[in-house]
Amino acid sequence: MKTKVAIIGAGISGASIARVLSRYENLEVHLIEKAPDVGWGVSKANTALIHGGYDDDPEKYPTRAKLCIRGNRLWHQWVKELEIPHVWNGALIVATKDEDFDELERLLERGRKNGVPEMRIVDRDELFHLEPNLTREAIGALWVPIVGQIGPIPAVIAITENAVANGVKTHLETEVTGIKVENGEVKGVETKDGFIEADIVINAAGLYADRIARMAGIDYFEIHPRKGEYWIFDDDVPGPKRVLFPTPTPISKGIVVTTEISGHLMIGPNAQDLPPEEKENLATTREGLEQVWEGAKKLWPQLPPRNKVIRTFAGLRPEPTGGDFIIKAEEEVWGFINVAGIRSPGLTSAPAIAYEVAEIIKRDLGIELKEKEKWNPYRKEISHFFTMTPEQVNEAIKKNPAYGKIVCRCNNVSEGDILEAIERMKFIGVKTPSVDSVKFRTKATTGTCQGSFCRPKIVQLLAREYGVEPWKVTLKGKGSEIGIGDVKVLLRGDA
Amino acid sequence: MFPRIPMLSYDVVVIGGGPAGMAAAIRAKELGLKVLLLDENDYLGGILPQCIHPGFGLHYYREELTGPEFASRLAKRLVELGVEYRTAARVLEIKNYSDLEKVVIFTSPGGAYQVWAKAVIYAAGARERHAFEIGIVGDRVSGIYTAGEAQTLMDLYGIMPGKEIVIVGSGDVGLIMARRFALEGAKVKAVVELMPYPGGLARNVMILRDFNIPLYLSHKVVEVRGKGRVERVKVVKVDENLNEIPGSEFWIEADTLIISAGLVPSVKKLKKIGVEIDPATGGPVVNDRLETSVPGIFVAGNSLLINDLVDYVAEQGELAAEGTKEFIENGGIESRKWVKVEKGENVRLIAPHYLSGDRDVYLYLRVSKPMEDVELRIPEIDKGMKLPVVKPAEMLRIKLKAEEIRKAEKLTVEVVKA
Repeated sequence: MKTKVAIIGAGISGASIARVLSRYENLEVHLIEKAPDVGWGVSKANTALIHGGYDDDPEKYPTRAKLCIRGNRLWHQWVKELEIPHVWNGALIVATKDEDFDELERLLERGRKNGVPEMRIVDRDELFHLEPNLTREAIGALWVPIVGQIGPIPAVIAITENAVANGVKTHLETEVTGIKVENGEVKGVETKDGFIEADIVINAAGLYADRIARMAGIDYFEIHPRKGEYWIFDDDVPGPKRVLFPTPTPISKGIVVTTEISGHLMIGPNAQDLPPEEKENLATTREGLEQVWEGAKKLWPQLPPRNKVIRTFAGLRPEPTGGDFIIKAEEEVWGFINVAGIRSPGLTSAPAIAYEVAEIIKRDLGIELKEKEKWNPYRKEISHFFTMTPEQVNEAIKKNPAYGKIVCRCNNVSEGDILEAIERMKFIGVKTPSVDSVKFRTKATTGTCQGSFCRPKIVQLLAREYGVEPWKVTLKGKGSEIGIGDVKVLLRGDA
Repeated sequence: MFPRIPMLSYDVVVIGGGPAGMAAAIRAKELGLKVLLLDENDYLGGILPQCIHPGFGLHYYREELTGPEFASRLAKRLVELGVEYRTAARVLEIKNYSDLEKVVIFTSPGGAYQVWAKAVIYAAGARERHAFEIGIVGDRVSGIYTAGEAQTLMDLYGIMPGKEIVIVGSGDVGLIMARRFALEGAKVKAVVELMPYPGGLARNVMILRDFNIPLYLSHKVVEVRGKGRVERVKVVKVDENLNEIPGSEFWIEADTLIISAGLVPSVKKLKKIGVEIDPATGGPVVNDRLETSVPGIFVAGNSLLINDLVDYVAEQGELAAEGTKEFIENGGIESRKWVKVEKGENVRLIAPHYLSGDRDVYLYLRVSKPMEDVELRIPEIDKGMKLPVVKPAEMLRIKLKAEEIRKAEKLTVEVVKA
């Protein structure tokens, strides 16, 4: 008999846990997600950093401190196994006042304690050699070479694909409505689509982790959303080579200036605490964006003209009561494991969180885990026209002429890339065709024109491949349909 | 440096199969050049096939046509002449190998190719400004489209985007889409214009009256809210300096927000090879052959400057083609002392920028602000032309004679009270 595991939430934490648990032959793993695709919650909108591990105080936040540095090391391996787009470009924490060096020394000391390698203080000369366009007020910095950047949703997608290839069952668009507990043991998960039996339930529900915990009768923590807003600029705007942080204040790590992995200058986030019930409040605000602009300008004075922006967005971080990650098997409900409050550095920590959960299953639940004889650690990235040479394009065209046809002109995404993306969506169980699912897999619609030329073409391809009418294709799930019907629908009066 | 992919050889490569590119390819062929036309869409015509309204061709064909009609006339002529063209062919890179050797790398379902040519006519059109560029904040939901995207959905793919519409911008595209939505039974709740005057041609501003559509001048849309889909948009009034007036905010309920906030010439590939760009037009700096600062690279249509009439776009295509003929025959456009065209009072943009004086030239210009009873003047040559009204929306086109141009070392064009 296999032990049935239900993971609630297919974000970076849930997907990573699914992947790690897929190694064991005596587990049957179900990954449950209310959104139509994976990674659309907290994982979607953040600074996309693999942090160094110097920032988390091991006294105050022991779990964060431990898992961040461990996660950083694991990512170095996972990005290779899973072909996740990434760059290891290091971070500079920039001092502009003499007092800042006291804080940098503290971070250096803490980093050493947490086991962060190769950190050091660089002086002004070296700093400007590294980043010539930095503010002239900079007087030195802490250099953390192990910091990197990844595509967070591509990472969740890659991990999920690998988990599914290793036998994990996904349940997308499946909202959890209850946790069945009998005699102090979990029995399964009630969803809008029916009951999913489970011996172990892992709550990786991000912003909703408090609500899911309450369904199991656990109410000692609350998750409140902390909003962060960002600007992304066109790819002809110069950005830094490394990740730039200001010297942190007691309140915040500060507004980051970075060139994200697709080559766009990105600035953000600010931090605005929202009440616990505003878990869907992803609206950008002028005040917030203004705050980010002013903050970024202090590090990077040559911000481009504002009309060079290609997108502004906001993300929510799940701030738990107490501030540290809550990763534990709950004693009063056997089989219920919380993976809650996975705020920054959650993306960095995710692989380590996953191994921690496997450890909890062994240690605290006493379930012996037997490794599969055949477990595939590898996953191939989908083809991207923009990484191909023209010679490679001509090779790909022999397989399918669609690889030679460009759909997204700003980012050079081919129809072949998009068709692969749609195949991969189906592979992990995406039921509702969404432009965003294609966007996160291919980068189509994320360039200079923000999709005004290619979105209609993508809609056509999704409609064809999913066998639905084009107006029923959504932007980002049900309720965000591209149209209301065919063009005569209003005149017929049946809209 | 060059990929190992099949090589093609032509006199001229035309990039873009819209009206500028087709007119250029036709003219080049008529002049006896070996020409290849490339377009990324599956069909020729550029943006015209989705412009199903009339108003095209009054100058060029001396009759009123729809967009598809205008495009198909050009396409028919192109085919009659046997111009070689490839559709679904997207240019990836232009290389300026030498003054008389250009390499255009393109991809298509039939393969990636490198085309060696003596000259290039770049006619890749423009793109639309989007909601983020004009500072709209709030929820990133479905129901926000540029005017062109909405037009593509409706008139190429037969999809109705929504039923309660707010349109940002009263330029021609915005007004035409207002009518288009109204004709299909949608409720156009507002056209919101930042400036204190409408942005479109007079004949298009009439649409608002005809369809009883409220126009909010000196207003802007600042925020969108909705869950999944647009539910409401926030509008605020601005003062004469375009600053928002506090307390003037109001919400309009709508499921669709159409952005018609202007076009930007698509010239990234030209910038990469060092073509000088005029910040006022957003397109290249050109001489009166429409040759850019990189010899042998010519430009026409909305990549040169944003036109309001397709007729001018086609005219520019022909002019560029004639330039390539001269360029190829003479091994370059002969260097000379060019007469520089400068912007004077109330002239926001003007092209071409350098005139030879060996030929008559059309100058295309736009004013900064609307004025009545004005004179368009070029003081250096004592030329004047009275105009009852000028508007930023309406491009002015004036003809200068070669002998007039030769009289001066520079020409300042100004629009002043008569």
